[in-house]
Amino acid sequence: MADYLLRRLLIAIPSLLGISAVLYTVLALAPGDPFQELATNPNVPPEVQEALRRKFGLDDPVYVRYVRWLTAMLQGDWGYSFVSRVDVDTLILQRLPTTLIVIGSSQILALLIALPVGIYAATRPYSIFDQIANTLAFVGFSLPTFFTGLLLILVFSIWLDWLPFVYRADIAATGWQFYWEHIKQSIMPVTVLGLFQGASLVRYVRSAVLDVIRLDYVTTARSKGLEERVVILKHVVRNALIPVVTLIALQMPAVFGGAIVTEQIFRVPGIGSLLISSMLANDTPVIMAVTFVFACLVVLFNLIADILYGWLDPRISYC
Amino acid sequence: MDDKKLSKLIGDVKHGRLSRRRFLQRMAAVGLAAPFANQLLALGDVAMAQSPFQYAPTKAGGGGPLKLLFWQAPTLLNPHFAVGTKDQNAARIFYEPLAGWDPDGNLFPILAAEIPTRENGGLSADGQSVVWKLKKDVTWHDGKPFTADDCVFNWEFARDPGTAATTSGSYKDIKVEKVDSHTIKVVFAKPTPFWADAFVGGRGMIIPKHLYEAFTGDKSREAPANLKPVGTGPYKFVDFKPGDNVRGERNDKYHLPNRPFFDTIEMKGGGDAVSAARAVLQTGEFDHAWNMQVEDSVLKNLETGGKGRVVITPSGNVEMIILNNTDPWTEVDGERSSIKTKHPFLTEKPVRQALALLVDKDSVEKHIYGRTGQATANFVNNPAKFRSPNTKYEFNVEKAAKLLEDAGWKKGPDGIRAKDGKKLKLVYQTSTNAPRQKNQAIVKQACQKAGIDVELKSITASVFFSSDVANPDTFTKFYTDIEMYTTTMPQPDPEVFLHQFLSWEAATKDNKWQGRNISRWKNEEYDNTHKAAQSELDPVKRAALLIKCNDLIVNDQAAIPVVSRPTVSATSNSIANLISGWDLELGYLHDWHRKA
Repeated sequence: MADYLLRRLLIAIPSLLGISAVLYTVLALAPGDPFQELATNPNVPPEVQEALRRKFGLDDPVYVRYVRWLTAMLQGDWGYSFVSRVDVDTLILQRLPTTLIVIGSSQILALLIALPVGIYAATRPYSIFDQIANTLAFVGFSLPTFFTGLLLILVFSIWLDWLPFVYRADIAATGWQFYWEHIKQSIMPVTVLGLFQGASLVRYVRSAVLDVIRLDYVTTARSKGLEERVVILKHVVRNALIPVVTLIALQMPAVFGGAIVTEQIFRVPGIGSLLISSMLANDTPVIMAVTFVFACLVVLFNLIADILYGWLDPRISYC
Repeated sequence: MDDKKLSKLIGDVKHGRLSRRRFLQRMAAVGLAAPFANQLLALGDVAMAQSPFQYAPTKAGGGGPLKLLFWQAPTLLNPHFAVGTKDQNAARIFYEPLAGWDPDGNLFPILAAEIPTRENGGLSADGQSVVWKLKKDVTWHDGKPFTADDCVFNWEFARDPGTAATTSGSYKDIKVEKVDSHTIKVVFAKPTPFWADAFVGGRGMIIPKHLYEAFTGDKSREAPANLKPVGTGPYKFVDFKPGDNVRGERNDKYHLPNRPFFDTIEMKGGGDAVSAARAVLQTGEFDHAWNMQVEDSVLKNLETGGKGRVVITPSGNVEMIILNNTDPWTEVDGERSSIKTKHPFLTEKPVRQALALLVDKDSVEKHIYGRTGQATANFVNNPAKFRSPNTKYEFNVEKAAKLLEDAGWKKGPDGIRAKDGKKLKLVYQTSTNAPRQKNQAIVKQACQKAGIDVELKSITASVFFSSDVANPDTFTKFYTDIEMYTTTMPQPDPEVFLHQFLSWEAATKDNKWQGRNISRWKNEEYDNTHKAAQSELDPVKRAALLIKCNDLIVNDQAAIPVVSRPTVSATSNSIANLISGWDLELGYLHDWHRKA
C-alpha cells in the first residue's frame, strides 16, 4: 500500500509539471494585456505602463517567466495579482468560503435527490416512477445552467419577487436574519447547480443498483426471508454505491473550482467568477494559481478515489 | 464676441450688474459652454457659485444602507493605482480630492476651504501657480489631522516613477510647495490655462501621508492601507473583497454638516450590465447601477417597471471612424502602416470627403444608440464651450459618388470604382460588439451604393484594445484602411484629448505603438494651433484655438465622428443624487440621500 502511494505521488509530479507548462504557454500565447486599459487612457503617460510591465517582468521571454513562476510556486508564493495588486492566495482564500458553501450545498442537494430517486427507480425498473424519473433526469442534464438560472430569475425574482438574484457574501445582519438572508439568496444558485448535478447522478445510481440487484446473493438474501427494506439497504446499496462514491470523490475538485456560469449569473463571488474575471483582465498570476490548484486537486482526488475504492471493495488490491 | 466685450461682461458680473446665470446664458449663446465660462469668471476674479444641489436631511445618519451595483467590479482601492473609473469610484467612497467638478463644470470645494480665484489670490496673473487653502477641521478616519503635508506627499508619491502611479500624468510636471500647515502652492513649468488637474476630481484624491510615508516607490504595493483605506471621505472602510464587494460605514466625524445620510454603503461588483439595470430598474434590489452599456430599447422596457429611472449625463466621449493616412498593406522596416508610407488613395481629399458623406449618423443614432449616442459632426462635443458651431454633417450618397466621379474614380464592370488600376477597396475594422457591427453594416451599404467595396472585420475587444506588441490586430497598429472605436475624454478640457492628432504622437514601431495618433494624420496647421493653445492664458482665445483644432480634424476627415456617447446610469426613484459628467459617478456621494 505504501509503495503504491509513493509510486502514485511520484507519477503525479511530472504530470503536474506538464500541466503547469501547458497552462503557462497557452496563457502566454493568448492575446491581451493586463494593462490595456491604461494604454487607451490619454491621461496615463505611456511610461507608467512600461514601468508596470518591467516591474512585473512582462517583457521577459516566456520560459524565463515560467521558471520564475514555478520557483515561486514551489516556495509557496502563489504570485501577485497585476490587477488588484494583492497576493493571489489572499484573493483565493477570500473566495473559498462562498464557493464551498454554495457548491458544497448544491452537491449535497444533488445527492439527496439522486440517491433515493435512483435506488427507488432501480428497484422498480420500467415502472411509471422509473419512467418519470428517467425523463426528468434527461431534461435536467440537457438543460444548461445558464438557461435554468435565467428561468428561475425570471420566475422567482421578476414575476413573483420572492428571491433576490444578486448574491451578497457580506450581509449586514445578525442572528436569524443573517441565516435567513443567506438561505434566501442561496436557494436559486444551489437549486440550479443541484438539479443539474442530481440529474446525471440519478441515472448513475439507478444503473449501479440495477447491476447489483440481479446478482445471486441478492436472491439468496430474499429467499432467506429478509425484509425487502433490509435487502435493498444492507445488501444491494452497500455494494452498488462503491462506484458512486468514486464518482463523488472525483467531483470534489469541482466543489473547490466553482461553477463559472452559475456564479456569473447570480454574481456569486466564488472561485469560478474570480477565474473568469481574471481571464477577462489577463491577470495571469491569478489564472495560473486557480487553474494549477485545480489541477492539483484533480490529481489528489483521483488518488483518493482509487484508495477509497480499494478500501470499500477488498477484492481490489494494490501491489 | 471679442475680448473687450467679454472683459466688460466679466466686469459686470464682478460688480453685480449681471447675474452669474445670465452670464453663463450669454456665453452659451456664443457657443461657450458652462465649465469654460466659469473658468473665464475664475480667471476674471469672480467667486465661484455654490453647488446647486438641495440637501434635504437635517442630521447625519439614519438613512439605512445604500446599495450600489457596479457590474465591472472594483479591484483596488488606492486612487493612485486605479486602472479604470470603476476603481476610482470605489476609492472615492473613502478618499476625497481638494475639489470636484459639478454638472455645469464649476469647481466646488471638498477638502479645499475655497476655490482659488484671482480675487482671493489663489491664481497668479502669469498662470504659473495656484495656491490652495485647505479646510482646517478635517481629520482622517483614524483621527489624525489632514494638513498641507499630506498634499505635498501625494505629489511626491504619484510622480515617483517607481510607484508607477496611474495618476502620474497629473503630477509629474508640477511642483507642490507647502506654504503653511493648511496652504499649498502648485507651481507649473509654463503658463497653464487648465490649472485644475492635480488634486481635483477623479485623479485628485488624497491619501494620508502618515500611513504611506514608509511605502513609496517600489515598496508602494506593500502598503497595508492599499487594502484598508483610511481617508477623509463620508464613509469609513469596513471590508473589501477585490472583484466582488466594498463596504463602508458612516464617518461620524465627517467635515460637512449633517452628512452623510446613509449608515452603511455597499458596492457590489460582477455580472453583466443588463442584469444590473434589471436589479435597479425592475426589482429594486439595488439603489444605483453604473455604466449601463445596454441598448436603449432594453432600458426603456425596464424603466416601465417604475422602480427606477435612467440618468443620462453628457460626456466628451465620442465614437468615431478614423482613416489610415499610411499604407497598411506595405511593410517597411518590419511594420505596416509605417509613417514612411502614404495610403494609396485615402490621402486623396475627394475620397475622404466622400467617406464622410457615406456615414449615415442619423440612422445610427435612431436605430442603434437611441438616448445613449447622439449623432454629431464634432470631435469635441462637450463641454459646450468647446463645441464648434462651424461644422455640420450630411449623409448624401449621390454627392459622394459625384465627388469620386469628378476625381477620376470611374465605376468598373463589377460596380467598384477604380483609377489608374487601383480599386476603391477598403478593409473596415472595429471591436466585436453588436452596435458596432450594425454600424459597420450601415456604412458598408452606403459605400456599396457609391461604388466603394468595403470588407468588414471585427476583432474581439480584448485583442483590439490591447497593447500587445506581437498582435497585428490591435487598434493602435491599425493595419487596415479604416477603423472605428470610442475615444474617451476624461476631463472637462479638450487639450489632452486633442493630443491624439498631433503629428509627433504618431503610433509607430519605435514607440511600441503607444503614440496616441493612431490615424498617423499629419497637419502642420493643427500642430501649431494646438501648441499655441497650450500656453494661451486668455480663455476666450484659447477656446477659439481648441475649436479650430476640432474644425481642422473634422474638415480634413482625420476622424469622422459618428455619435457622442453620454454616460448612462440607473438609479432608484427613491434616491436623490447628483451626477456630474466631469467628475466621478460618486463625486457627490456626500450629498446622496433617500427622498423623504
